[in-house]
Amino acid sequence: MSGFKTPYPDYDVLKKWDTPSWNEQTRAVIKRRLDEIPERRFLSEDEWTLLEAIAARLMPQPEREAPVPIVPWIDEKLAEDRRPGYRYVGMPPMREAWRQGLAGIAGEARERHGTDFRDLEPDAQDALLGAVQRGEIDGRQWGDLPADRFFSELLLKEIVAVYYSHPAAWSEIGFGGPASPRGYVRLGLDERDPWEAEEQHV
Amino acid sequence: MFDAIDQPRAQDGRAPDVFRPGAWVQMRCYDDSEQVDFAIVGTGAGGGTLAAKLAEAGFSVVAFDAGPFWRPLEDFASDEAAQGDLYWTDERISGGADPIQLGSNNSGRGVGGSTVHYTMIALRWRPDWFKSRSKLGYGRDWPLSFEELEPYYEEAEESLKISGPVRYPWGKRRKRYPYREHPVNASGLVLARGCERIGIDWSPLPLATLSAPRGMAHPCVYRGFCKYGCSTNAKQSVLVTFVPRAIAAGAEIRDLAMVGRIEMGKDGRATGVSYNRRGKWRQQKARHVVVAGYAIETPRLLLNSACPEFPDGLANDNGLVGTHLMTHSGPGVWGVLDEEIRSYKAPPCMAGTEHWNYSDEGKDFHGGYAFMSQGPLPTDWAQTLAARGLWGAALRQEMTRYNHTAGLVLVGETEPQAHNRVELADEKDQYGLRIPRVTFSYSENDRRLIEHGRKSMHQVLAAGGAHQLWDTHDTSHLMGGCRMGDDPKDSVVDADGRTWAIPNLWVCDGSLFPNSGGVNPSLTIQALACRIGDRIAEMAKRGELDR
Ligand SMILES: Cc1cc2nc3c(=O)[nH]c(=O)nc-3n(C[C@H](O)[C@H](O)[C@H](O)COP(=O)(O)OP(=O)(O)OC[C@H]3O[C@@H](n4cnc5c(N)ncnc54)[C@H](O)[C@@H]3O)c2cc1C
Ligand code: SF4
Repeated sequence: MSGFKTPYPDYDVLKKWDTPSWNEQTRAVIKRRLDEIPERRFLSEDEWTLLEAIAARLMPQPEREAPVPIVPWIDEKLAEDRRPGYRYVGMPPMREAWRQGLAGIAGEARERHGTDFRDLEPDAQDALLGAVQRGEIDGRQWGDLPADRFFSELLLKEIVAVYYSHPAAWSEIGFGGPASPRGYVRLGLDERDPWEAEEQHV
Repeated sequence: MFDAIDQPRAQDGRAPDVFRPGAWVQMRCYDDSEQVDFAIVGTGAGGGTLAAKLAEAGFSVVAFDAGPFWRPLEDFASDEAAQGDLYWTDERISGGADPIQLGSNNSGRGVGGSTVHYTMIALRWRPDWFKSRSKLGYGRDWPLSFEELEPYYEEAEESLKISGPVRYPWGKRRKRYPYREHPVNASGLVLARGCERIGIDWSPLPLATLSAPRGMAHPCVYRGFCKYGCSTNAKQSVLVTFVPRAIAAGAEIRDLAMVGRIEMGKDGRATGVSYNRRGKWRQQKARHVVVAGYAIETPRLLLNSACPEFPDGLANDNGLVGTHLMTHSGPGVWGVLDEEIRSYKAPPCMAGTEHWNYSDEGKDFHGGYAFMSQGPLPTDWAQTLAARGLWGAALRQEMTRYNHTAGLVLVGETEPQAHNRVELADEKDQYGLRIPRVTFSYSENDRRLIEHGRKSMHQVLAAGGAHQLWDTHDTSHLMGGCRMGDDPKDSVVDADGRTWAIPNLWVCDGSLFPNSGGVNPSLTIQALACRIGDRIAEMAKRGELDR
């Protein structure tokens, strides 16, 4: 993963903070995202560390000294029980699904390797997560939770959503970020406004 | 933003002025005990539009919405994650062979309904679809013809000042759109290039966002956050068009007011609604009740209102309430371009083709489809890649090609099938009301249509210059569940939205649709609402309303 390369090494979306691309309500929202990282409220300490270890594989950030925080925002969502508005037949309500799913992964690691997920080598962690994604799991650890659904509908979906809500992630993909009131003028192919990221061709 | 979720804003004789920060407009308020002419449940494309029409016709109207009354200029942040409160996120259970993703995918909550976060594509139905059974040999006929709805399409387009091309290639000849078309963004130009190369028509899409100032509303600045609320008021959502009109004409809008039950009298007529506001159940008396909660909440409310006279739910003598629910199939094809696309700029869907809605040649299925260019924002896009199975370093690296990616997504017709439906689960929500269970499975015909659409999109996208193509699958709009018809035996309501079973109970929203067509539904919903408004006023004049 040390091989991660961004085509926008010099772009920092936060430099637009005081420009007409950002308005008051957006600054308030992003300020909170940057400065007010929620404390643990819903997950147990063990669940929290397990989820951190999982997030480090699903959304690895080895080059960052201070990785974009992921678990605190998932915990907040669970604490506030902010649901997506549906669940598929056979899935328990959101909070239970998370509890059961995390227990499933923890149990799976112990069953296969006799140790905690977080103590496994990265390759073994990846192999285990891949098996969960494909639903190739030892049923006993999971109760009636469909492991593959948990992986794709909740675990992975939430982790990537939190990561790509962070300005650091916007910068590395060259996303324009907040854009009100100014918006954009040049919309066509290969057209770029001066306040958009410039791609470095390597 | 947060106070709008906790405290009703429209009360004590005033409502938020959506055009002026911090300002208010006067709003007439009614007492619960005062019998109003119309209680409307839901203020979206159907309910909000009808509220304006009825108030302007002189009726007394109270329109309820379970969600908040937003102030777009102040509340809407330019941020995906912060705007989650625009959606209906109460628990629903989704099943069947092809369960539909609900929530942000298709269900809004708040004054203005789903139009607050919709992508503004404003298309008319292919005229033949109103008689698809008799003219095209599939689906069902509407109890209305295109010609009957045509003036109301025009009225809806005028009310929303649709910005569109000088000549739209498909459908019956029409007059010019009220406002000029928007410039097409890069992702739209990829579609255009592809269509031109394979020799089919494409068009800039008619959109409900302003290409020039209108009153206090600004033109679109191409910021691209349309799905997360428009902070400039360029988007002509119901919140900034019909709702202000309704209030100015004397209607009351009641925000954060969840209707849990339609109250029935011994004579088999509705007497009003029970609703929950600030944790208290209250009752509003009304001569007529209109349900406009969209294709899941409308059937749910009718079913949840079961009473001794109507043990299976209201207007459900024939067991059709909640059945024949439809969605649009939404397979997608994506690819990488050498050019920079940067599809975060401008409304997400700016160009499209209805070629396969209007040309039936060589099809191995019934029905039609359109497809449009796309503009996903980062978390949406990352979740799309995750759904493709990517994670870890692979996903993070793939995300750096975001600015070079373009895609097409289908709006594919699905057949009305009785077993695709909304029912009540035993589980209850925060109000103590039974939650909906939604069942959906594609038919064989639906699957053939999806395959055909996929092939067409691959062709166009490749011809447009994209390489490394890959596929996604999704669904979009909901329709049906309380279909309209000519025959009380096989429909829930008549052509005016009046339920066959209860003469003062009406439906006015996307659940009316007998078939789903191959275009986005809200212009048709709004045209129906305009028509139903006029029909009610005519019936009142002739003394036929209170039968
Ligand atoms: C992301 C997205 C993009 C879209 N893009 C387009 C597009 O480009 N073009 C297009 O034509 N369509 C589009 N649509 C679809 C369109 O928004 C809907 O089809 C349309 O708004 C449905 O109208 P409606 O009146 O039936 O319901 P809605 O507009 O959803 O309104 C229903 C309202 O009723 C309220 N309600 C429900 N139950 C109750 C109750 N019991 N008590 C009180 N209030 C209640 C809800 O809070 C909601 O505000 C899009 C939808 C989404 C989600
Ligand atoms: S792109 Fe236009 S319509 Fe969409 S949110 Fe921005 S200003 Fe509003």
